[in-house]
Amino acid sequence: MSNLDRFIETFLNGAVLAKYTPAILQGVWVTIELSILIVIAGTLLGTSLACIRAYRLRPVSFLIVIYADIFRALPPLVLILLAYFGLPNVGVTLSSSTVLFVILGLTLGAFAEEIVWAGITSTDKGQWEAARSTGLGFTQTLIFVVLPQAVRMVIPPLTNRAIAITKMTALGTVIGVPDILNQATTAQSFSGNASPLTLAAVAYVVLFLPFVILSRWLESRFAWKKG
Amino acid sequence: MDQLIQQFFNIDIMVQALPTILRGLGMTLLICAVVIPLGLAGGLMAALASTARSRWLRWPAVALVDLFRAIPPLVLLIFVYAGLPFAGIRLSPFVAVAIAFLLNNSSYYGEVFRAGLISIGKGQWEAARSTGLTQRQTLTHVILPQATRNVLPDLISNTVEVVKLTSLASVVSLGELLHAADLARSVTYNASPLTLAAGVYLVLLWPVVRLLSRYQRRIAV
Repeated sequence: MSNLDRFIETFLNGAVLAKYTPAILQGVWVTIELSILIVIAGTLLGTSLACIRAYRLRPVSFLIVIYADIFRALPPLVLILLAYFGLPNVGVTLSSSTVLFVILGLTLGAFAEEIVWAGITSTDKGQWEAARSTGLGFTQTLIFVVLPQAVRMVIPPLTNRAIAITKMTALGTVIGVPDILNQATTAQSFSGNASPLTLAAVAYVVLFLPFVILSRWLESRFAWKKG
Repeated sequence: MDQLIQQFFNIDIMVQALPTILRGLGMTLLICAVVIPLGLAGGLMAALASTARSRWLRWPAVALVDLFRAIPPLVLLIFVYAGLPFAGIRLSPFVAVAIAFLLNNSSYYGEVFRAGLISIGKGQWEAARSTGLTQRQTLTHVILPQATRNVLPDLISNTVEVVKLTSLASVVSLGELLHAADLARSVTYNASPLTLAAGVYLVLLWPVVRLLSRYQRRIAV
């Protein structure tokens, strides 16, 4: 058997691929579902918190900053293990998917809060003053004038962060979420062949590459507008 | 409430786990000392290739960077650690971590450096070359110092991500901080060692995260 044959047999084995493709496709759906939920929950949470921070109520802002700092400084895997293994002993039993969703949602929320907040603070002060002088209230100004401009500014960094964090759904494998990677490692140990891992890698590339390219495009468009 | 403290903030168990966790911290720092310089070097090369004039260099570089930004680092790590042995390539957990992180980090650092390189105007190249500096001298003494300064916050923020990423090494049983803490958790049936590990990560990274927020605000003003 030539080296190439051996390589194909190990990493692109047709029989193994055919057998385990359905399982991995199931994993694909789990990954997609979780990713969508995490992106929606995380951006909503982060944007809301950034807006609340705009009212500059000291104690509230302080709590938001503490939350954002902790979730930006801690590795998500630490929090996932902490929640998954710690909470049942205090009477809170969550499924592994719920733990993954909550932790990654909170992580994206923390980053989104910081990013949107940076957008809000870098919106020109004149925009606030002009809007207020037309008779809009503070909340109206924030929602209808400042936030739309801030959001446009922060779309590229927010997209990058959302991609990085949805990719972390692979961490769910460690606590048994039946995602792509989990299905693939199970299939790999049953089949004694590395092809399911190849398929998993391909599945992730197919899922995420369009978004990586989209983020590159957003960035260049953004840069072009600035210059 | 008592139960909560007992389960997450048990001082006795933390004290017991402390030596193990400190040893884990040592391994985490060792991984960082290897993967951060590797990632920076790889990233710089990726950035130079993806901004090169020759499209035969540029396109493959951009494609590789995007490919490794699309694959979750854990998938890469498991592929290197558990997949390659099937092809007769058996790597120690440490080497597997170093290789997987090199591929992942180079892409991310590469994008940061690339943004830095394109932020430097062409006039800088022309001026430096016209004073008699060679291409290489221009790059190392004129372009890179300015490019690096322009993207310093992004470089630091990416380095925070790399340090956090080292926790994935626990999945391939490399005895770093999280692995040590999780081991202690499974022995004591108590989550306090994990809380302690989280505390160690916070001590390491919170100052940097704070600094980055400060810096961002200063730019905004």
